[in-house]
Amino acid sequence: MKITLKLFASLSIRLPAEARSSHCLQLDLDPGTTVLDVIHLMGLQSGECAIVLVDGVWVATGDRAAKVLEEGQALAIWPPVAGG
Amino acid sequence: MAWTKKVLRVNLTAGTCTTEPLNQQWAQDYLGQRGLATKYLCSEIDPKVDPLAEGNKLIFVTGPLTGTMAATGGRYSVVTKGPLTGAIACSNSGGYFGAELKFAGWDMVIFEGRSAKPVYLLIIDGKAELLDASHLWGKTTWHTEETIKKAHQDPQIRVASIGRAGESGVMYAAIVNDLHRAAGRSGVGAVMGSKNLKAVAVRGTLTDAYQVANPEAFFTAVDAGKAVLAANGVTGVGLPTYGTQVLMNIINELGALPSYNHREAQFEGANAIGGEAMHEKRPTDGKPNLVKNGACFGCTIACGRISRMDPNHFSVKDKPQYHGASGGVEYEAAWALGAANGVSDLEALTYANFLCNEDGYDPISFGATVGAAMELYDLGILTEAEVGLKLTWGSAEALVKLAEWTAVGEGFGKIIGLGSKRLCAKYGRPELSMTVKGQEFPAYDGRGLQGMGLEYATSNRGACHVRGYMVSPEVLGIPVKMEPQATEGKPAMLKAFQDLTAVVDSAGICLFTTFAWGLQDIQPQIQAACEGDWSEERLLLVGERIWNLEREFNLGAGLSKKDDTLPPRLLTEAIKTGPQKGAVCHLDKMLPEYYEVRGWSAEGVPTAATRTRLSL
Repeated sequence: MKITLKLFASLSIRLPAEARSSHCLQLDLDPGTTVLDVIHLMGLQSGECAIVLVDGVWVATGDRAAKVLEEGQALAIWPPVAGG
Repeated sequence: MAWTKKVLRVNLTAGTCTTEPLNQQWAQDYLGQRGLATKYLCSEIDPKVDPLAEGNKLIFVTGPLTGTMAATGGRYSVVTKGPLTGAIACSNSGGYFGAELKFAGWDMVIFEGRSAKPVYLLIIDGKAELLDASHLWGKTTWHTEETIKKAHQDPQIRVASIGRAGESGVMYAAIVNDLHRAAGRSGVGAVMGSKNLKAVAVRGTLTDAYQVANPEAFFTAVDAGKAVLAANGVTGVGLPTYGTQVLMNIINELGALPSYNHREAQFEGANAIGGEAMHEKRPTDGKPNLVKNGACFGCTIACGRISRMDPNHFSVKDKPQYHGASGGVEYEAAWALGAANGVSDLEALTYANFLCNEDGYDPISFGATVGAAMELYDLGILTEAEVGLKLTWGSAEALVKLAEWTAVGEGFGKIIGLGSKRLCAKYGRPELSMTVKGQEFPAYDGRGLQGMGLEYATSNRGACHVRGYMVSPEVLGIPVKMEPQATEGKPAMLKAFQDLTAVVDSAGICLFTTFAWGLQDIQPQIQAACEGDWSEERLLLVGERIWNLEREFNLGAGLSKKDDTLPPRLLTEAIKTGPQKGAVCHLDKMLPEYYEVRGWSAEGVPTAATRTRLSL
């Protein structure tokens, strides 16, 4: 199962160097992989992942372990940031 | 006490400067800055006055925490009737000017009348005088600031001035202080220009002009507040590192980034113009756009962007005056100059932003107006012959040229300087103007974020994001997460945000503190600084009173329920693609409830009971 992982802001450093500019990394995962599985796979701490979107839809902290990813989806993650 | 209790009244017609005591009762009722100046304005002018006529007044005002040790305590506002909207205008700025005005011993300066010739006001502590500005007229804000500092042999003088945009009547002209901080929105600079007032220069050295009421409690409260800001991931790390610009990719991924004059809700070039891109080394010269972050007076967040352009970029190749470091794009500016019109050239955006600072005009309204013009061009309504260039979507060359023309009122820049509403009306397509009450939207699609749609429709100064920042709950989960497409609960949440924001804007501190601070962090600082009892309940009542006073001014100016709406595109044209596909703004579901929670009639008028409750 292929998904697109997008890590932004200070989390970009966790991507391979060639992927940091685009912020995108293609991942080939086993069916049934959850959002929390990918967070652990990338060595991220839950507290670092303040904003988590799957295809643009917010995934709350408590839902990440149960949120199963599907083929072709985009998982985007940001640390605590804001603007205005 | 935290107020200096002194008001400087400058009659530009008579050329006089007089001192009067601050109305203490009004300070207790409206706190300071936005609220207090609005009370003065409402009490002194006819709300139906032509904003650019002699009868309008222009108020520079600080808050009780301005010029104190409170984190971000350097804010000031400019309050007037705005020419872009015909509504109340209150534009808030940081930098160092506001604190300097307090150090000189003044809570506010009220300008009235109109000078027969260009002048600037020089304030050195308690002394104020109007000086000839003929030699500064026709010059930029950057030139004006440098010239005034040299003339008075004092680099510590702080200057707030208009550039050529304010002189030539750009309807969204700004007042720029400290080179690249601005009272940016609603055309407060055009009012200043209409009065032949070029600049306000101030130097403050007084150590006894004001004092917080309870110093020991104040230090304790301020220290606690700074600790909260430092420990918070947003204000301690996120904002100083990436600035507001980090939002570009977030809002784009969410599918709520208005692009191509709101035809689209995602922009394919977002990553190229966002906060992360400013950190990356350019392929052309191997250097990043971002040089460093910057802070305003007393700020422990430091979200400001300081940028340096690629000197070989086409826009500045033969213009060495733009090769140094200066104020870079913040999120709203980058969106308006970029996504709103399809331009993904970060260097071109930076140059246009430099020009906005240099000649004093709002990059949000300018960029959004260019977006509207590009749609008119795309539809064949505007032609190359009429505009003087090819105005195709995404043209960095067109953006740059229009920025140069608008700054000095040349060619089609004169039309762009009218703003989107007047531009689209002039060419017979008013529905293409992405505005509310005549002011252009900032960088969030009111269809993708329902609460922001309601905020735009009800904001007292026209479309605005910093009157009730519903992005916090709808996108960032601060203080709680709300579903972007939900309408339930949004009116009450928006009212709470609007009232709290009015308090923050009246205190002298920056709204960005509220990414970490709640009222429970702000209240002890105000309580310790100001005489009187300032409970959280009372502060929220003050915020609500300010909001309703602004509303009453607008009603008196002739605005009504019919102006609390959105362009038809947001109400009837669904977002075509992306996560928010199919969305329109359900204003019809939210507005009646909003009026109800505000204590207004079905026509949007504060009821007698509400007026009594708020002591209006």
